[in-house]
Amino acid sequence: MITVDNLRKSYLARRRASGPGQALLSLMKPNRERIEALKGVSFSIGPGEVVGYIGPNGAGKSTTIKIMCGILEPDSGICLIKGRVPWKERKAHVAGIGVVFGQRSQLWWDVPVLDSFELLRDIYKVPGKEYAESLDELVAALDLSGFLDMPARSLSLGQRMRCEMAASLLHRPELLFLDEPTIGLDAVSKLAVRAFIERMNRERGVTVILTTHDVHDIEALAKRVILIGKGEILYDGAFDALMARGGSSNLEEAMASIYGEMGIA
Amino acid sequence: MNPYAALFRMRFIRGLSYRASAIVGVATQFFFGLVFIMVFQAFARSGGSSLAPAQIASYVWLQQAFLALIMVWYRDRELLSTIAAGDAAYELCRPVDAYFFWYSRLLGGRLAGAALRCLPILAVAALLPDPYRLCPPPSVAAGLCFVACMALGLLLIVAITIFAYILTVVTLSPSAPFIFITPVYEFAAGMIIPLPFMPEALQQFLRVLPFRLCVDLPLRMYSGSIAAADAPGFLALQALWVAILLPLGRLTLNRAIRGAQSVGG
Repeated sequence: MITVDNLRKSYLARRRASGPGQALLSLMKPNRERIEALKGVSFSIGPGEVVGYIGPNGAGKSTTIKIMCGILEPDSGICLIKGRVPWKERKAHVAGIGVVFGQRSQLWWDVPVLDSFELLRDIYKVPGKEYAESLDELVAALDLSGFLDMPARSLSLGQRMRCEMAASLLHRPELLFLDEPTIGLDAVSKLAVRAFIERMNRERGVTVILTTHDVHDIEALAKRVILIGKGEILYDGAFDALMARGGSSNLEEAMASIYGEMGIA
Repeated sequence: MNPYAALFRMRFIRGLSYRASAIVGVATQFFFGLVFIMVFQAFARSGGSSLAPAQIASYVWLQQAFLALIMVWYRDRELLSTIAAGDAAYELCRPVDAYFFWYSRLLGGRLAGAALRCLPILAVAALLPDPYRLCPPPSVAAGLCFVACMALGLLLIVAITIFAYILTVVTLSPSAPFIFITPVYEFAAGMIIPLPFMPEALQQFLRVLPFRLCVDLPLRMYSGSIAAADAPGFLALQALWVAILLPLGRLTLNRAIRGAQSVGG
């Protein structure tokens, strides 16, 4: 499904000391520094897997996800998804994937959710019958029927996130990227979202790449985790085995001690 | 439905939902229309311009009625905030061309704005007493040329203003690009004062720029101040500008997106 080999990506960041003098100096001669976001990342993911892609802030998670979504082009390395290079065949590639960015919204703010869904139907060219089936299924699974005719702005975060999940699955993608899908949600919505992801994986065989800082999301969904820190893969294997290293029954503490031990905290 | 047409439709529907804004808009534009006509006709009487009183009236009324199609400061605020907040990342995960997607959206927004406002203004303006009345065009040819120039002018102004959105991808500040472009356009297009009121040398200079093709050209075509016989040449000029700006904008947007994404994790 996904093959990533020795992926590298760097970008230029500006740097300057504080104060007006330094600000003026940097106007004349900006001090740029090359930051390596990914230093040769490799992994492969098979069809039907649910993989937790974890690591501290700034580790390179989003960069990897953006490359896999075809938004970003790496400096070097291989990324093949269903036999395609995402950034080279962007349109064909994105037609087969679904994406949820937990901190962003894909719904139109001022129009009923259903209108947003219909727009997505047209964008992905989903045939009418297939769309109706998908919609029925998603509305039932996520319990959306009460607010499909409301504009996204009047939904609670939990309701909105359930609509976001539905929106990214209307075209029945085989591969789903979830970037912090449970951020800011209350316990009930969190459990609903988790149960839904689990169900889509089990029933439809959707491959899921899940990025999150919520260890409980990972525990509930992903048997396998890939841990990235400072642009390098530090662990790729069973979640339980990783947690065993942390030496604490509290998952958060265990994760923090693993980050500390690996020097990426 | 074609995805671009679907987006156009969506934006059009959304635009129609702002009833209060349309009512207030009509009232304001009606007031300004009357004032502008008085001022310009007074100028013309003292020998300031070649425009006849009836031509001034039609220029001003059409300007007010189709404001949404010709003004530069029409903004899609939701799109701008989407860009500034980074939600535009979603649009790159869609199997569509980002440039033409935005283009259809802006086009739909403008047409929705005009659809709600033009009829009441035109209807009332046609019933006013004489120096203020909106007269029919002098010939059928002039009327048809007006429609054609207006349509191509609309394609042109969207191709121009979309650069402000593209610039927002880089600056992340939605207002800055508009502060830049608004005064230049408003003056050069004939929005503030019609071009025939300007000194001949200035007019010659402004005719080189594309802006007047969006306002001055269609509005004067209607009243016969620009001869219908000259229309083919002008239409070709408009089409030429659109043909230059579309690929240029598309290229710029793709580069801007690439640049924007190299920042951050």
